[in-house]
Amino acid sequence: MTMLHLSTFSRRLLQGLGVGLLAFFLLGPLANLVLWSVAERWYTPFKLPVTYGTKYWEVVFRPTGDAMTSLTTSVGIALAVVVVTLIVSVPAGYALARLRLPFRAAIMLLFLLPQAFPSVAIYINVARIFYWIGLNGTVIGVVLVHSVHALVYSVWIAAAAFSSIDQDLEWAARNIGASPLKTFVSVTLPLAAPGLVAASIFVFLESLDEFTGTFFVGVPQVTTLPLLLYNASMGGNYQVASITALILLVPSIGFMLIIERFLKGDVLSKIGR
Amino acid sequence: MTQKKIGLLLLLPALLMVLVLFLFPLGISMHAAFTDKQGVLTFEHFIKAQSLYSTDMMFTLFITLTASVLVCLCSLVLSGLMGLSESRFLVASLKWLYRWPLFIPFIVAAQCMRTFLAKNGLMNNSFVALGLYEPASSISFLDWRGIIITFVWKQTPFVTLMLAGAVASLDRSMIEAARNLGASRLRVMVEIIIPQVMPVLMVGLILSFVTMMSVLSVPMMVAGSQPTLLTVDMAFRINSYGDYPTANALGVISYCMTSLVAWFYLRQQMRDHAHQPM
Repeated sequence: MTMLHLSTFSRRLLQGLGVGLLAFFLLGPLANLVLWSVAERWYTPFKLPVTYGTKYWEVVFRPTGDAMTSLTTSVGIALAVVVVTLIVSVPAGYALARLRLPFRAAIMLLFLLPQAFPSVAIYINVARIFYWIGLNGTVIGVVLVHSVHALVYSVWIAAAAFSSIDQDLEWAARNIGASPLKTFVSVTLPLAAPGLVAASIFVFLESLDEFTGTFFVGVPQVTTLPLLLYNASMGGNYQVASITALILLVPSIGFMLIIERFLKGDVLSKIGR
Repeated sequence: MTQKKIGLLLLLPALLMVLVLFLFPLGISMHAAFTDKQGVLTFEHFIKAQSLYSTDMMFTLFITLTASVLVCLCSLVLSGLMGLSESRFLVASLKWLYRWPLFIPFIVAAQCMRTFLAKNGLMNNSFVALGLYEPASSISFLDWRGIIITFVWKQTPFVTLMLAGAVASLDRSMIEAARNLGASRLRVMVEIIIPQVMPVLMVGLILSFVTMMSVLSVPMMVAGSQPTLLTVDMAFRINSYGDYPTANALGVISYCMTSLVAWFYLRQQMRDHAHQPM
């Protein structure tokens, strides 16, 4: 009897220790980031910051500071990327979901390729082409690079969203005299909206967090938040780097919490099909 | 107009984007890697790349493969525990914990690890504070180990998410029958669950592998010095020398590494399909 209790107890203890260790390795790096963002002075051999304060937050959020400019640039680029990808992927997704197409599987795969290839080698050549035609270091160039990389999310999710709609509803609208375009705008599009919103969120985040493409195509004129983070970190300014990282984290974690509301099971199960 | 033509017309803008911004640069990169200044076929760029970066090629393979193996093990353990454990505390806390790094951008992960794994970072400091070792013997992990740790930290949740979904959709009756007959959880995992979720596991691992081959920020920020990953070498050839031929030769080598992994996967898939209809 006692032995059984002991073994239950020791099993609990072992589980607790395991979970604790996992939590330490998963959350420790994030805790370190938060600590650096409020550390005004922190140097060896001190295990924790010597003085705490929000001095660097004020530096970052000063309206005229680099960070605010980068934040505006980043959000502007991400919104433009959402618009560009929606414009091309709503028709593409509809065609893939509803119409009989030759080489459908190959076309679906084609949109995955930009994500499935080691991208650095592609970006250095995109930068070269953009240099020839004067798009290097411009916001338009960065928007184009981000868009093609994010296209797989928007096309695949849009196709899944359209194919999960009950086609009888569209036929009903056609039967009572609605034109194809009217049917699409007032029946199909609203029904696909949650999926399209999910696709847009994916695309927005992909663009917001993109580093490699901007590093080759955007420099030195276009400084997005990831580039600001990189420059601050390599320059040894861990406070500014950590605060920038936290700004990038907010939308990512917010997304993790709400994604299930927009990406329902019926759409999710059709992605990539 | 036929449906086919309308369909292709609707697809055209998206296809053009991939063509101009992906396939065309890919063609240029191949062309630059295999031709000399006169446009004649040559392998001199590969010979140069080989002589300068052979260590980094092995290093890249070593890092990405080791990280993939570790991601595989960690995600199997996590999804197995979440699927089979009878302890509600364990399942609930793992479910809450494992997703955290999932949507965190690589550049943020790199910055986190740059501070966490440093000689005076939170990891060493916590272990010293717990009395596990003396401050003098704490070492910095900001080298190849840091790259592997960051990759595993970032990719394990992704593969676990895919695996946990696959485990949850398995037929429970077989698992329960095996458990009732006295099979241990480890045995159920190895003999019943893993064979069934293998395709999902492979897809997750290959996507992770390609991602690791593409990431530039982690090797640059987590481990500064030599040896380093091919991504950093490519950036260096371009930014310091404007040396496109060698950079593109390195690029072609990194395509080959990913294609090799994808080929192993496809071969495995075909063999599976030949034996059992899925």
